[in-house]
Amino acid sequence: MDIIQRRRFAVVRAACAFAALLAVSAAAHAQSVLRLVPQSDLKILDTVQTTNNITSNHGYMIYDTLFALDSKFVPKPQMVDTYAKSADGLTWSFKLRPGLKFHDGQPVTSKDVVASVLRFAKRIPAGVTMMQFTKEIVATGPDTFEIRLAKPFGLVLETLAGPENPLFITREADATGDPNTAITTAVGSGPFIFVRDEWVPGSKVVYRRNPDYKPRADAPDGFAGGKLAKVDRVEWLVIPDANTAVQALIKGEVDIIEIPQTDLLPLIRKDPNISVKVIDRVGTQAIYRMNHLIPPFNNAKARQALLYATGDQKDYLASMIGYGEYERPCWAVFVCGTPFETQAGVGDWAKGDKRANIEKAKQLLKEAGYKGEKVVILDPVEAHLAHAQAVVTAQKLREIGMAVDLQAIDWGTQSARRQIKDPPDKNPGAWNIFHTWGGGLAMNSPLSNTPTPSACDGKNWFGWPCDEELEKIRLEFPLAAPDKQKEIVERLQKRFYEVVPYIPAGQFLTPIAYRKSLSGILDTPRLVLWNIEKK
Amino acid sequence: MATDATATATAAAALPASRTRTRLGAFVRRHPTVAIGGTLLVAIVLASIAAPWLGTVDPIAIEPSHRLQDPSAEHWFGTDRFGRDLYSRVIYGGRVSMIVGSSVAGLATLIGLAIGLVSGYVRAVDVVVMRIMDGMMAIPAIMLAIALIALSKASVLIVIIAVTLPEIPRVVRLVRSVVLTIREQPYIEAATAIGTSVPRVMLRHLLPNALPALIVQATYIGASAVLIEAALSFLGAGTPPEVPSWGNVMAEARPYFQLKPAMVLLPGLFLAVTVLAINLVGDGLRDMLDPRLARRM
Amino acid sequence: MLAFLIRRALAAVPVIAVVTVFVFALLHLAPGDPAAIIAGDLATAEDIANIRAKLGLDRPLLVQFFTWVVQLLHGDLGKSIFSAHPVTQLIGQRLEPTLSLTLTTLVISIVIAVPLGVVAAWRAGSWIDRGVMGFAVFGFSVPGFVIGYVLIWLFAIELDWLPVQGYTPLAKGFLPWLANIILPSATLACAYMALIARITRAATLETLSQDYIRTAQAKGLATRDVLMGHALRNAAVPIVTVIGIGVALLIGGVVVTESVFAIPGLGRLTVDAILRRDYPVIQGIILVFSGAYVLVNLIVDLLYTVLDPRIRY
Repeated sequence: MDIIQRRRFAVVRAACAFAALLAVSAAAHAQSVLRLVPQSDLKILDTVQTTNNITSNHGYMIYDTLFALDSKFVPKPQMVDTYAKSADGLTWSFKLRPGLKFHDGQPVTSKDVVASVLRFAKRIPAGVTMMQFTKEIVATGPDTFEIRLAKPFGLVLETLAGPENPLFITREADATGDPNTAITTAVGSGPFIFVRDEWVPGSKVVYRRNPDYKPRADAPDGFAGGKLAKVDRVEWLVIPDANTAVQALIKGEVDIIEIPQTDLLPLIRKDPNISVKVIDRVGTQAIYRMNHLIPPFNNAKARQALLYATGDQKDYLASMIGYGEYERPCWAVFVCGTPFETQAGVGDWAKGDKRANIEKAKQLLKEAGYKGEKVVILDPVEAHLAHAQAVVTAQKLREIGMAVDLQAIDWGTQSARRQIKDPPDKNPGAWNIFHTWGGGLAMNSPLSNTPTPSACDGKNWFGWPCDEELEKIRLEFPLAAPDKQKEIVERLQKRFYEVVPYIPAGQFLTPIAYRKSLSGILDTPRLVLWNIEKK
Repeated sequence: MATDATATATAAAALPASRTRTRLGAFVRRHPTVAIGGTLLVAIVLASIAAPWLGTVDPIAIEPSHRLQDPSAEHWFGTDRFGRDLYSRVIYGGRVSMIVGSSVAGLATLIGLAIGLVSGYVRAVDVVVMRIMDGMMAIPAIMLAIALIALSKASVLIVIIAVTLPEIPRVVRLVRSVVLTIREQPYIEAATAIGTSVPRVMLRHLLPNALPALIVQATYIGASAVLIEAALSFLGAGTPPEVPSWGNVMAEARPYFQLKPAMVLLPGLFLAVTVLAINLVGDGLRDMLDPRLARRM
Repeated sequence: MLAFLIRRALAAVPVIAVVTVFVFALLHLAPGDPAAIIAGDLATAEDIANIRAKLGLDRPLLVQFFTWVVQLLHGDLGKSIFSAHPVTQLIGQRLEPTLSLTLTTLVISIVIAVPLGVVAAWRAGSWIDRGVMGFAVFGFSVPGFVIGYVLIWLFAIELDWLPVQGYTPLAKGFLPWLANIILPSATLACAYMALIARITRAATLETLSQDYIRTAQAKGLATRDVLMGHALRNAAVPIVTVIGIGVALLIGGVVVTESVFAIPGLGRLTVDAILRRDYPVIQGIILVFSGAYVLVNLIVDLLYTVLDPRIRY
C-alpha cells in the first residue's frame, strides 16, 4: 500500500466506521504502482504516424528496439543478439536475441522486424535517408535479417538506435500497410503491457509489467542494457493544471512529474521528500521560423537583421524557463553539449551588445529594402513555451522598427496556418514567423534536424528556405567518414548563418521532479520507466 | 468630494452651488447605495480612461530580466512573467474588461428582455422562440469564440459576440418565467380587458416585475463575461493576451498564484470592487424605480 | 400534460438538427487541421496531406457531412480521429464525473444559497443582508482557479483531509467518491451560490412587497409562515429558472474546475477536442449537450406548472 492511500485511508478511518471494509479493498492494492504526470496527453498510439514525444514515450513502454544508445550515445544491440558487416560495408546482417515475444504470446520474427523497419523508413527522416542508400532489407531466416546497401552509408546503427523517434518493432500485421494509416493496436514486445480497458483518453493511461519479458543480461546503461520493469503497474495521470500537478506530487498522489513548470520549482524544492533532477543533459532547442516565400523575410538581409534583433537569447530563456541553471544561450545550430557544437559562422550579434545590435539590425533592414510591411507573428497562447517566445520576438522586432501584428491563436490554428504559402493579399491566414522547439537529440544531426533542409523544391519543412548550396553541404554529411563529419558541420553552420533558414532562440534543460521513495531512475535523455523501484 | 460631484454632474450642472450641495446631500441621504456605488464606478471608469496619466508605463513593454518581481517603488504591483509592469496592466486592463463586461451585459439583457417579453406574453411565438433558445444554449461560448476568431481575427468585438450569444437564452428564460407568472394576475387581465395595447401592458406591468431579477442577472452576466473572457484568452480565443484585461492578467498569473498571490488578487480586487459598485447601483436603481420596494427598506 | 411532453420532445428534433448543422459548418470552415496535429510539429506538408487523405478530411464538406449523418442514422457517432475510441465510449467515460460534479454542486448551492437569499430579503438592509451580498460579490469576482487552489492548499495539503486531484467512481464506494468530489463541487458552488442567493433575495423581496403578502402580515400571520407559505412559493419560479440555467452552465462551463482538479469530465473533453479539431468528438458532444439542454429546460418548464398552477401550457 502506498503512502497516499495509507494517508487517505487513515483519514477515512478516523472519520467513519467503514474502516474494515476499506482495509479489505486496500489489501487488493498490495502491488506497486508508479504514478507519473506525463508531459502531455497521449493522443495517438502510432509511433510512426506522429513525431510527438509523448507517443514515443508510450513506445518506450511497450515496444522494444533493435539497437539503443548507451549513456555515451554509442549504439548498442538491444533486441539484436549478434550482427556483422561485410568487408565492402554494404551488407549488414543481424540475428535476433532468442526468446523475444510479443504481448500476444507470439514470437518476434525477422518478418516483423523487416516490416517495422520499412514502415519506419517511409516516414521518419532518419529512416527515409537510410532508404536512399539501401537496395533492400530482407528476412534471411526466422530470426535473421539483412540490410543490403546500394552505396556506403555510415549511419546504419545510429539510424536503428535513433532515440528521438525510435524504430520500434511492431507485429508484421500492424506494420504492413501505409505509414499514414494509424496503428491503433498497442501490442509490442517491451517491458510493459498497455492496458487498453483502463485507457481514458485525455486523463489516464495504464500499463502493467510484462511478466514474460526477457531482459538482456548486461546492466542498464542509457537506453541500452537490460530493461527490467520493477513496478507491477504504471499509471500516467494527465493533470492539465501545472499547479495541481505539483500539489499532487507534494501530497504523494503521484510519484514523478515528467516536465514540471520551472516557475513552480521553488514550491517543489521546499519539500524534503522530492528530488529535482536533470536527466536529459542535452536539453531542448527553441527556434523560430520565418516564411521565406513572402516579404520581408524572403530577403536574406532581412533574416540577418533578425539575428541582430533577437541576438540576446537570455530574454527568450528567461520568459520560457526563468531559472538560470537550466538556461543555456547557444548559437550552435546542431546543439551545444554534443560533438557537433561549434562557433563557426556565429557573428557579433551573439555578444549581446543591445544598442549595437539594434543599430546593425536597422541598417540591414534598410539594405533589405524593408517597406514597413506588417510582420505577422503567430502566438499560440495556450502553449506555454511558444507563447513566451512569440511575445519576446514581437517586442524585439518592434525595437528595430518593424510593424508587428502579434496574432493570438491556438496551437491547432498554428499547425494549420503555417502550411499557408501565400502572401497576405491572397490569403488572410498568411504568416511571417512561428515558434516551436525541438529535442536536442533530433536537432543535433544534419540528418535528423528537420528545419535545416533547404532544397528549393518547396517540399521542405514549413517556411520553405531555399539555398542549394546549404543543401549540398548538408547532403555530404551522411556520406562522410565519422572523422570528417565535424568539418562538414562547421561549413554547414557557416553557410547557415549567411542564409538563415531559421533562428535558434536558446537551449534549455527540463528537469524531472520525483519523490524520494523512487530509486533507479536512468540518466536517459527521455524519461524511461524501466529499472525504477518504488519503496 | 470631487468624484461625487462628477457622478451627479449632469443633474447638478444648471443649479446654483449652494442648492447643488443641498440637493446632493439629500440624494446621498435618500439613496446611499446609488451614491456609493456610482462614485466607485465612476472612479474606476475614470481611472481606466486616464490610465496614461496615472503613473503607468507601457503595459505591453517586456523586460524579462525583471520578471516576477515583488511590489516596489518602481513597480507598485510588481511584474509579471515577462517583466511587464503589473500596475500598468491592471489600470489599462480596466478598459478592455469594462468594455467587454458592460457590452455583454447590456446587449444580452436588452436582446434577451425583448425576446423574453414577447415570448412569455404571445403564446404563438413562444414555442418556436424557446426551441431556438434551447439550441443556442447548447453551443459553448469557448467553441463559438474559437471558431469565430479562426474565421476572422482575435478582437474585442468577437469576444463580445461569442460571450453574448450563449447568454441571451438565459436572460430570455428568466424574463419569460416572470412574465408567465404575472400574465395570469387579475390586474393584467383587467388591463387587457379594458383594451390596453399589448406593448403598453408589457412596458407598464410586465417590465417592472421582471426588472429586479433582471438587474441581478445583468450584473452577474457582466462580471462573468470578464471572467469568461479570461478563460477564452487562455485558450487562444479571447482578446490577445498582450493587450491587458483584468481577466487575462489573472489567467496569465495562474501558475504563480501560490508564490505571488498578489499577481492574481490585485486585478481580482479591481474586478470585485467594480462588481460591487455595479450591484450597489443596480439595487439602488431598482429601489428608485420601484417605490413599493423602497417603502419596505 | 402528456400532449405537451410529446409536443416538446418532437420540437426538440429540429432544434438539435439545426445546432448540429451549424456546428459542423462552423468547425469545418475554421482553420485548424487535425492531420497537422496528428503528424506532429516536425512533420512535412506531404506527411500531413497523406494523413488528411487517409482520414477523408480532403473530401468535399457536403460529402463529409452526409457520411456523418448516414452514420448517425445507424446510431453511430463515429470514432475519435486521435484515439480511435468510439465517440459514445469517450462521452460515456466522462458522463459520471461531470454528473457527479454538477449534482453535488447543485445540492450544495441550493441548500446554502436559497435560505441565505430568503433571510437576506427578510432582513433587507441589515448586516445579514450586507454579509450575503458581500459574499455574493466575492463569489462572482474571484476566478474559479483561485478558490480551487486555496481549497487544495487548505484541505489537501495543510489539513491533509482530502486528496488533491482525481476522481473515484461511485462504484468504488461513497466515501472515496465524496472525498474526491467535495472540493471541486465547493469551488464551483462558490460562484453559483452567489447567483442563486442574489436571485432568491431579489425575487423574495419582490414578492414580499406584493399587496397580498402585506395583507397576510396585516392579518397577523407569523413572519416565518409568510416567508415560507407565500413569498418563497411565488419567488420559486425565477429561482427554478436560474437553477435550470445553472445546470446548463455547469454541464458546459466546468472546464476550469475540471482542469484544476484533474477530473475527467465532459468539459475537459470538449475543450481538448476543440483544441485538437477532433471533429467527430465535438459533433457528438454537441449532440449530447443539446439533448441535455432541451431535457433540463423541459423539466424546468414542468416545474413552473407545479410551483405555480396559474401557468398553463
